[in-house]
Amino acid sequence: MYIYDQIDQAVVDQRVAQYRDQTQRFLAGQLSEDDFRALRLRNGLYIQKHAPMLRVSIPYGLLSTKQLRMLAHIARKYDKDYGHFTTRQNIQYNWPKLEEVPDILADLATVEMHAIQTSGNCIRNVTADHLAGVNKEELDDPRPWCEMVRQWATLHPEFSYLPRKFKIAITGSPQDRAASKVHDIGLHIVKNEKGELGFEVLVGGGLGRAPMIGSVIRDYVSPSELLAYLEAVLRVYNLVGRRDNIHKARVKFVVRSMGVEKFREAVEAEYALCRDIAPTLTEAEIARVKAYFNPHSYEKLMDTDVASGKESEFRTWYHRNTVAHKVSGYRVVFVSLKSPTRPPGDITTDEMNHVADLADKYSFSEVRSTHDQNLILAEVKQTDVYAVWQALKGLDLAHPNIGTLTDMICCPGLDFCSLANAGSIGVAKSINERFDNLDYLYDLGEIQLKMSGCMNGCGHHSVGHIGILGVDKGGAEWYQITLGGSTGGHDASLGDVIGPSVAQVDVSETIDRIITVYVDQRAEGERFLDTYRRIGIKPFKARVYAQTNQAA
Amino acid sequence: MRKLIKQREIVDDTWTYADEEAAATANAVIVPLAQFVAERDQWLSSGKKLGVRVAPAEILDAIVADLPRIALVACEFGGIGEGRGYTHAQLLRRRHNFQGEIRAVGNIKRDQVFYMARCGFDTFDFPAGTDLSVPLSAFNDFNVAYQPSSDRGVELKKRAV
Repeated sequence: MYIYDQIDQAVVDQRVAQYRDQTQRFLAGQLSEDDFRALRLRNGLYIQKHAPMLRVSIPYGLLSTKQLRMLAHIARKYDKDYGHFTTRQNIQYNWPKLEEVPDILADLATVEMHAIQTSGNCIRNVTADHLAGVNKEELDDPRPWCEMVRQWATLHPEFSYLPRKFKIAITGSPQDRAASKVHDIGLHIVKNEKGELGFEVLVGGGLGRAPMIGSVIRDYVSPSELLAYLEAVLRVYNLVGRRDNIHKARVKFVVRSMGVEKFREAVEAEYALCRDIAPTLTEAEIARVKAYFNPHSYEKLMDTDVASGKESEFRTWYHRNTVAHKVSGYRVVFVSLKSPTRPPGDITTDEMNHVADLADKYSFSEVRSTHDQNLILAEVKQTDVYAVWQALKGLDLAHPNIGTLTDMICCPGLDFCSLANAGSIGVAKSINERFDNLDYLYDLGEIQLKMSGCMNGCGHHSVGHIGILGVDKGGAEWYQITLGGSTGGHDASLGDVIGPSVAQVDVSETIDRIITVYVDQRAEGERFLDTYRRIGIKPFKARVYAQTNQAA
Repeated sequence: MRKLIKQREIVDDTWTYADEEAAATANAVIVPLAQFVAERDQWLSSGKKLGVRVAPAEILDAIVADLPRIALVACEFGGIGEGRGYTHAQLLRRRHNFQGEIRAVGNIKRDQVFYMARCGFDTFDFPAGTDLSVPLSAFNDFNVAYQPSSDRGVELKKRAV
């Protein structure tokens, strides 16, 4: 993975000093509440319901075990012994003290980590496919490109006060595991007709209260000009994006109001003018960064039959929670943070330390976070998979539900977030309890359930196969259900609202009815999403809103 | 006389804004962009040193052709979230090769100064009553940077690319 040089280290060290000074001036009354707000926000510090919330950046979801242990240390020393992994591969702490945040940042800087631009109206953490570098299909590893974009975006003097936040995701594989089409910019690694690697550029995707799928504005930009092209997009956005209405300020609204063609023309015109003065990624710089992501020194191994002869509990987990690695003899292992006993994405100090130990022993001392809030040990020898399972099982981190209904994405909701209209953790729990039969879950197959406590959409509800959105109805917590959303591959789509929202106590029953329709109507081997696309919303609507006494 | 920060020093402002009383007799005047466009010939032949004040939503195109005869461009900031002035300064320095003074004016704060200096601002007219010794330290917030830019008044080490 990438290792900081003196420049990188100086950036984070000096950022700690700068933020410490800002905090001290605020505490001394020399900075107003409003002025400090703008400053702390671009460093990941929100003031939440109970306490500040600090979001720490995990660039493209890649952690060394040293870094994971530091995250555990921070949870223990400054928080309540746990952290929460987010849908953008970062981690959040819900109980830090405002005056201790500079110390947390100083601790992070010792392991090449920071909270720079994890919130605020600036370029946020650059995310990637969580199977980058280990899946067979990819054209190129997106992580070096993420790192180059990360450095360019870090403390960018011109683009640090944008109209609104700006999120970039990069994928190198046909299957889109980074939700790139619902990012402000999605970059897809492609080859042009000469066979040269480059990037397809999508702009204007987003979730929140007006979810949109991004539009392709360029089929190919060469690696050397990637940053120039990004500068062109950001400059157009910085000048014409709306600043009078926070709800219309994302770049997706610029693309929608100008139209894709006009927006493309504006970007191309800016690109033509700026490419001489914009930063260029030289071959030397590309080679420098790429070298950090060279393949690990894998042993020469044959694929082995890991599952047969083992107990069924292991076989179930193996089929659900592991996937193929591109190198024979190795396997990708998911660490599920979605068991019935934990809020989705939460992990304790001890668990973080144990996962770090496992990664040291079995997976090249690296751990990944995924955009659906799980962890990954990406490079486990197949002969070690059984031992890893036993260890994970002992830690309650082997719940075999990856990709199923209960592997749901979920924001912190009303329990922690001051923006939320409704709770999400409690609803997740009730769904978990309702769908606790694993055989039934496997029979249902791949279903992505995504839940947000408000229309800001941190839980990506609009692109869930089943989406749940918390709404406030006269002070009570209600939930709007959508069906048919998707982020995957070439067919990203936004969910359709099924009808009037339902009360909190009825959510799991409603999900149950939706699932029943699927089970009744599905063709052999057909996924939920495909059944929905085939039969449409009507049968679901009819069942969900049928009289309760009939269905009960 | 108004004090401001120019090239990292606290100095007297030698310019007058067009809406100030002294503007009629001043020999260096900063005119709002709309007024400059409406009264262009008059201002260009006035014999005064000429500055133009650009509001965040205004576009630079109207003054680009006249930049050789303009000695100062003042970019307005309405508050800490306002970011268009950074792009205006970058474009003036890097695209239009403007060598005159670029001034940040309006509701500007100490913690914006480093980025502003990196975008090519060299003068900072803070709200009246600001202790100007405070923002002077902002030029030293960082001595490293990743991006090529229009740096003025900051000493930065960058990776050779």
